[in-house]
Amino acid sequence: MDQLTKKQLEITACKVRMGIIEGVYNAKSGHPGGSLSIADVLTYLYFNRMNVDPKDPKKADRDRLVLSKGHTAPALYSVLAQKSYFPEEELKSLRHIGAMLQGHPDMKHIPGVDMSSGSLGQGISAAAGMALAGKKSGASYRVYAILGDGELEEGQVWEAAMFSAHYRLSNLTAIVDNNGLQIDGKITDVCSPMPITDKFAAFGWNVVTADAHDFDSLEKAFAASDNSDKPTVIVQTSTKGKGVSYMENQVGWHGTAPNTEQYEIAMKELSDRLAVLEG
Amino acid sequence: MEIKKKATRESYGEALAALSTEFEDLYVLDADLAAATKTGIFKKACPERFIDCGIAEANMMGVAAGMAAAGKKVFASSFAMFAAGRAFEIVRNSIGYPHLNVKIGATHAGISVGEDGATHQCNEDIALMRTIPGMTIINPADDVEAKAAVRAALEFEGPVYMRFGRLAVPVFNDPDTYEFKLGKGITLRDGNDITIVATGLMVNEALIAADKLLEEGIKARVINIHTIKPIDRELIVKAAQETCAIVTAEEHSVIGGLGSAVADVVTEEYPVPVYKVGVNDEFGHSGPAVELLKQFGLCADNIADKVRKALGNK
Repeated sequence: MDQLTKKQLEITACKVRMGIIEGVYNAKSGHPGGSLSIADVLTYLYFNRMNVDPKDPKKADRDRLVLSKGHTAPALYSVLAQKSYFPEEELKSLRHIGAMLQGHPDMKHIPGVDMSSGSLGQGISAAAGMALAGKKSGASYRVYAILGDGELEEGQVWEAAMFSAHYRLSNLTAIVDNNGLQIDGKITDVCSPMPITDKFAAFGWNVVTADAHDFDSLEKAFAASDNSDKPTVIVQTSTKGKGVSYMENQVGWHGTAPNTEQYEIAMKELSDRLAVLEG
Repeated sequence: MEIKKKATRESYGEALAALSTEFEDLYVLDADLAAATKTGIFKKACPERFIDCGIAEANMMGVAAGMAAAGKKVFASSFAMFAAGRAFEIVRNSIGYPHLNVKIGATHAGISVGEDGATHQCNEDIALMRTIPGMTIINPADDVEAKAAVRAALEFEGPVYMRFGRLAVPVFNDPDTYEFKLGKGITLRDGNDITIVATGLMVNEALIAADKLLEEGIKARVINIHTIKPIDRELIVKAAQETCAIVTAEEHSVIGGLGSAVADVVTEEYPVPVYKVGVNDEFGHSGPAVELLKQFGLCADNIADKVRKALGNK
């Protein structure tokens, strides 16, 4: 990846993080930790990889993304706003009564959302269905599904993993956001889904790993999914709360909104970072 | 004359196969039960559009949702127990909430599953599916109605739950004159003393009951409700107004099924007594289907008794 592209992605990802904080702060609820950990991969996908058109959100040959870890909707919404699917101002009404932006992704009302999700384990099945439909139609689109590492504790994920390998859904890429934390604590303490890579390999997937906060690493990982004849999983090692110092690696920020003071600290940190990147 | 008998699951499989050439984007999913649900008939006719998902109903419903989101017309099939029961939350969140164009073909519904016993006798599916906003529910009564219903569901845009049976049941509708209208009940017998509202295999039992009652001078109206949701409010209210009491008959729990749906309408719009024939608050058990139906009171005799009781109470 050339330096200019990388810098641009870093700038966009920083703005995406500011949108996440803006949304969750104004909602007074929501999930900032896991949203911040997928800010980079979502930015990379929507700004560097996916064939999508904000002016024609439902175009038939578009690439599709299912946010299987649907509680991190603030990250998806913030990326879609940066991509001009809807005004950034919408983020401030996240989770408000009568607002477009629901607590979890709603494909019926939000432009750019390809699948409603939120109940963990279900998104990857829908993504597999989309991939299979694409294969059957001879369509060229690719389907991406983003899962949490805690989400892997849902049995349906493994039903979908078995199905996707059986039907050789090479047009499906799952991203596991391995930040190591879930609501009740460390994933290894709660009910460990480890080893993640070995499990997917045993299920017949093409397995790739990446650093979730390094665009060069992400690019390499996604390139490795292009030529596989199997479904690909990218297990990205991430930091929950990435980009906001006091949220990083703190399980308490899984599903808590910052208060005004915390909001201001977060926004200052992110705007300082933005100034450095843009400077 | 011997009345022809056929299981509606058989009608389901045949209808899918018959529609496969007309609808090129029709896909059928099953969860390792193609031989039993009869989607195997479609598989034989159109193997490239049959997807076996294995014994994984939750994933199957999600895959169906994804395929529908990508523009396909999808039927997802399993036994009612697993389609509506096991996969309930996936049906609610991945199909119902986004209102995707998935048809759920649920076979082996009710007590008439027979020998397999309680674990497979689903008497709760209508109740479960009724609670999902925007879900259409169809419970056909015989072969003719089942085939017409499959086409109607396919031509309808939105999620539909279709309920089919394992047991061969009498084919009483005339294929030459039968017309299926989604959401519209069918008055099969006129009468102003009482109304029997029936669905599924209980419709034929209701007709037999009505014949018996007529011999006693009781003129019972018989209404076939094949679409349980949205229910034909107009026809039910009219029956309440004109006949003053209703007996419902269904091969389903008396909690949350047709009887409840009818009572919901009547209590709001024109209160009259509603008596329910159905499976009471209990599990089924093993046995031959026909014997079980009698034992659980899912038969013409019990409907007739309920009618007599209702009229005595009036």
